[in-house]
Amino acid sequence: MNHSIVLDPTAERAPAQRARLARPASLEGKVVGLLDISKPRGNVFLDRIEEQLAAMGIAVKRYNKPTFTRIAPTELKQQMAAEVDLLVEGLAD
Amino acid sequence: MKPALPDGLIVVAKADCPTCRLVEPLLAEIAQAGPLTVYAQDSAEYAADLPSSRYDKTLEHSFHLGIEFVPTLIRVENGVEVERTYGWHKEDWRQLTGLPELGEALPVMRPGCGSKTLEPGISEELELAFGDIRLQSREIDMGSAEDPMEACFERGWSDGLPVVPPTPVRVLRMLKGTSRQPDEVVGLMPPDLVPVTVEKVAINAVLAGCKPEYMPVLLAALEAALTDEFGLHGLICTTMFGSPMIVVNGPAARAIGMNSGVNALGQGNRANATIGRALQLLIRNVGGGRPGEIDRATLGNPGKYSFCFAEAEDADWLPLAQERGIEAGRSAVTLFPGEGVQGIVDQKSRDPESLARSFALSLRTVDHAKLAMAGDAVLVVSPEHARVFIEAGWSKQRLREELEKLLLAPGAELVAGAGGIAEGIPERFKDQQVPKFRPGGLLIVRAGGTAGLFSAIIAGWAASGPVGSSPVTREVTS
Repeated sequence: MNHSIVLDPTAERAPAQRARLARPASLEGKVVGLLDISKPRGNVFLDRIEEQLAAMGIAVKRYNKPTFTRIAPTELKQQMAAEVDLLVEGLAD
Repeated sequence: MKPALPDGLIVVAKADCPTCRLVEPLLAEIAQAGPLTVYAQDSAEYAADLPSSRYDKTLEHSFHLGIEFVPTLIRVENGVEVERTYGWHKEDWRQLTGLPELGEALPVMRPGCGSKTLEPGISEELELAFGDIRLQSREIDMGSAEDPMEACFERGWSDGLPVVPPTPVRVLRMLKGTSRQPDEVVGLMPPDLVPVTVEKVAINAVLAGCKPEYMPVLLAALEAALTDEFGLHGLICTTMFGSPMIVVNGPAARAIGMNSGVNALGQGNRANATIGRALQLLIRNVGGGRPGEIDRATLGNPGKYSFCFAEAEDADWLPLAQERGIEAGRSAVTLFPGEGVQGIVDQKSRDPESLARSFALSLRTVDHAKLAMAGDAVLVVSPEHARVFIEAGWSKQRLREELEKLLLAPGAELVAGAGGIAEGIPERFKDQQVPKFRPGGLLIVRAGGTAGLFSAIIAGWAASGPVGSSPVTREVTS
């Protein structure tokens, strides 16, 4: 047998280069979601963004993750995907 | 593909087996009476004058025939084995060959030798070459000039220390340590949420340096880590210190030689070191939880190489697993999101009241002396300290209750800004007596060497409980 063979210990996910979604040419008529991951002061950052978007006349919807320690619940992800065109997330404190 | 069996008689033998040599002169007589196939495991020279003698150099025929001893005599009818005998038993050979005078001059009985297929190191190679096992993982052919140890580093499979190259034979040996099928999915491995199979567990156990007999403990630890309560995803990603720590209870810990005594939280014991390490390597390799990428720990802790030990169980103190619902006499692992080890040096307390106050004062520093109900903690009580409580009739439960009382603090001292320190709990607690730990947030384990009036605190993640991670106990099964 070939002693130079080893078995891959990883998830064998090819380093797939996923192309990013194209940026919209304009925010006009789009709904922007703001996701607060529930870390302290994330709301300060998102409040300011909401203020600026509102001044531009753009519709904003706010969302909260129950805790920053876990990925967003499936229901929340589905709700956001259904209700908004773009999402801004405040990642850290 | 299993080859068809030739009808008639089959003899499997080894040239260096005296009993095989004893029966060798009889083979010509047997061949005259009917079809005979001879497989010699170690030499082309055995029974070489018989046209039907084969040198089973690859041992493929011996493997498929399931030979355990040589010589083995088998009768095949219509392609199906109907009878076999092994060693030399004159009556059996006469009856099986139908030759009533066979071997008249030979002794009545001579035992045979072990089959070459079962020699150490050979059986797994044969199983991989000729058996039904099919490992699913991608095979990586390393260059002949490549050092396998270096190649594992270069491919990013290591935690920074050398790993054992996971050859198919080593992985198959590791899989022998569990009754679970290689393709069984244990759960979804965060952070990438990839299905982790028993085979991937075995490969990473090889990398870590585990023995096959550690597999049931490792699988139980992985199952516990993958529960929703444990919240491994957040624990991997956090900027804080914590990482999975494994406490093992019950007969399995003793059976695999785990250390619960001298230097229990330290280095030097293979099971302690490699089981904890294998879990970390699964996080890295299968889950994709690598530091600097999705593991954002500001400082981390040395337990992220490995943090696993056994409880030094004592008849007078309920073991952790039993406190957490596991039946006595069963083995279990408890996963805890542990930080580093903080020692408690108290060489003067000789009564439980004084020692409990000592512990409580030290436990205040978990997370920060002004924080409360944030991180859980494990209190590791050394045998000399445990004796102070046990001799005074204090159970573990009593010690915990006393500590909970001693750890109540006036909120006014803990609120943000109090004592000139901005850190602290919210203002709304200022008129309350505040417990240090959330209910169920203080675990007590007995471990360590028998000399030393020292115990230890292992702080948990400051996001303990439903908001982040709760300790999880799982029975060790297969």
